[in-house]
Amino acid sequence: MSKSSNSKTNGANPNVRSITVGALARVEGEGALRLEMENDKCIQARLDIYEPPRFFEALLRGRNFKEVPDITARICGICPVAYQMGSCHAIERALGVFHEVDPPIRALRNVAYCGEWIESHVLHVFMLHLPDFLGYESVIAMAADHAPIVKRALNLKKLGNDLVALVGGRAVHPVGICIGGFYRAPAPEAAAALVPRLKQAVDDMSELTLFLAEKLTYPKLERDYEFVALCPEDEYPMNLGRIQSNKGLDVDQEEFGNAIEEKQVEHSTALHAAIKGRGSYVVGPLARLNLNHSKLHPRAAELLPPVCRAVRQNLPWNNNFLSLPARALETVHALAVAHDILAHYTLPARSAIEVTPRAGGGGHGTEAPRGICWHHYRISDDGTVLAARIVPPTSQNQSSIEQDLRALAPSLAALGDEEAALRCEHLIRNYDPCISCSVHFLKFSRRQAQS
Amino acid sequence: MAAPSITPPPPNTIPRLAVYKFSSCDGCQLSLLNLEEHLLAIVSAVEIAYFLEARRRVLPPPYDVGLVEGSISTPDEENRIRQARRDCKFLVAIGACATSGGIQALRNWANLADYVSTVYPSPQFIHSLETATPIASHVFVDYELRGCPVNPEHLLELISALLVGRKPNVPTYSLCVECKRRGYPCVMVAGGQPCLGPVTQAGCGALCPGCNRGCYGCFGPMEQPNLPAIARHFEALGLSPGEIKRRFRSFNGYLEPFKQMGDRYEQIEQLEDQRG
Repeated sequence: MSKSSNSKTNGANPNVRSITVGALARVEGEGALRLEMENDKCIQARLDIYEPPRFFEALLRGRNFKEVPDITARICGICPVAYQMGSCHAIERALGVFHEVDPPIRALRNVAYCGEWIESHVLHVFMLHLPDFLGYESVIAMAADHAPIVKRALNLKKLGNDLVALVGGRAVHPVGICIGGFYRAPAPEAAAALVPRLKQAVDDMSELTLFLAEKLTYPKLERDYEFVALCPEDEYPMNLGRIQSNKGLDVDQEEFGNAIEEKQVEHSTALHAAIKGRGSYVVGPLARLNLNHSKLHPRAAELLPPVCRAVRQNLPWNNNFLSLPARALETVHALAVAHDILAHYTLPARSAIEVTPRAGGGGHGTEAPRGICWHHYRISDDGTVLAARIVPPTSQNQSSIEQDLRALAPSLAALGDEEAALRCEHLIRNYDPCISCSVHFLKFSRRQAQS
Repeated sequence: MAAPSITPPPPNTIPRLAVYKFSSCDGCQLSLLNLEEHLLAIVSAVEIAYFLEARRRVLPPPYDVGLVEGSISTPDEENRIRQARRDCKFLVAIGACATSGGIQALRNWANLADYVSTVYPSPQFIHSLETATPIASHVFVDYELRGCPVNPEHLLELISALLVGRKPNVPTYSLCVECKRRGYPCVMVAGGQPCLGPVTQAGCGALCPGCNRGCYGCFGPMEQPNLPAIARHFEALGLSPGEIKRRFRSFNGYLEPFKQMGDRYEQIEQLEDQRG
């Protein structure tokens, strides 16, 4: 038996069919899907978020600025580094020390982020998303037929966790990251021990990336997206860069909060982020790849031509099903970047810069595995947090997920209920929605699937 | 420490495992998935009957073991946890949210309406309880695993112990024991930094002292901690009453006796404010 998904006809209009998935599986956090169709026309598409609110922006008020990265990590167990990095950079801006952070500290921050991209991307690509492409209900069922791939993936995921643990002490909610840098820089021997594993993992993930590109069938669903990502001049984005889009958005980090608005949409109580005066946009691996592919590490860049050939689509990719090969390419990139940093690592002169409280405000976003995670803080002269605003990636993508569902709807008309629900879930998982990060969702009342 | 291995029982006796999520960050469920090298052994030793984050298929209850992540913070969750209790023979609360209320329990000292209107423009859509509370405040819990997040090795120990029918071997002594075993210099006595280690339950591997910072209490209070003594030590280090309050009032702040100490230093803070 599968979990609650169903379809029913509307009492008033027998042509109206609604497809409901009461509790989405293989996503992080709690969400539900509701699609209403009249014949092959979509009347309403909605991703309901019933993840309980935890009020981080409120509970941060009154805490000392130094406590913030420990607290915001707890927004998401899958991408704690992203929340810590957003907090650190934004608060460093507020304290006026953003430009004082040494290059070795920035490099170690990239190592932490590489680790998080690797563990999060591998978890999503192989454990949560690949079963959709290969026709399994889960990786557990998939492992029976594809044990070697699952084992290789678990190995890669572990390496990602080990990278985060190297700089942060542990993989989930690292304790080593602080405003200004790290409580302690990792020992060179510990860093060196990971280098051979990383070298081997780059080869392994390159092979797996080609396998994914060549062997999977990617459904066609192209839309004219606005892709938004950090765009640093000289590297593939993680922590730094202006925020740009393929449609002309080009803002400084501090201005991003003013460039977007979080608004309510008709027929939905969900809070959707949109670019002011334009509308919905997409953040995440596809956006990063489309806007920054020329800056990939050479080991990932060399895979671009064969991957594009295999999926029969040159960049830019306007099909979110291709987020899977995008994540795979980014995993190769992250492994190779971490390898290069650690292969040349020596103990830095200091692991953190001095930070002293002063009154001020600062905003900064970094590239969480799922896309831009933007933070803004106001700090008082004694270091107390006066206000916090956090814009996580999934709330920015929510509007686009619903529009994708609308675009998909016509192809569902001829399908049975279970199959139609599966297609919708597959599409939603393109975004790797991480609903735990619901600091900012609005729709919380749980809508029970009628059964 | 090497993890104990799991011997798969005969297929007809394979226990059914359910993993539930309530108000939380997903980190404790993820800790289960972070047991990478043991994961395939685990799924052959237990039947994953309900685990939405990992699989779509759901087997109907009853379940032999339920692992519960998260605290209870909405009216719907109050109902769901009662159902989970009915569905599981052995219910284990895993992680700080499930055992103490977690960081979101900070709302228990605040006004919910104030919190809601700080975050959401249309507060009328938010259905939250006034408090975020641990699982044991709502239903009987058979066992608790502490930590923010839980230690994956503890999850493995728990599953192994349940498979052979023995008590899980998880430490209840203070973090100092773990820290000394690793030979770290004391961050408080030698380093002058406030550290909750002497009153915090071991289990993380003394991570913070290993990173040259004081413990901030992810695993909650140890058995019978001497809290007044550590608080006096914090005072001697020059911490203000507000700072001492915040130190107790974090990821396990709603768990006694951390709660009591947080409340006490809040009173002292307020008295000092009144005196100006």
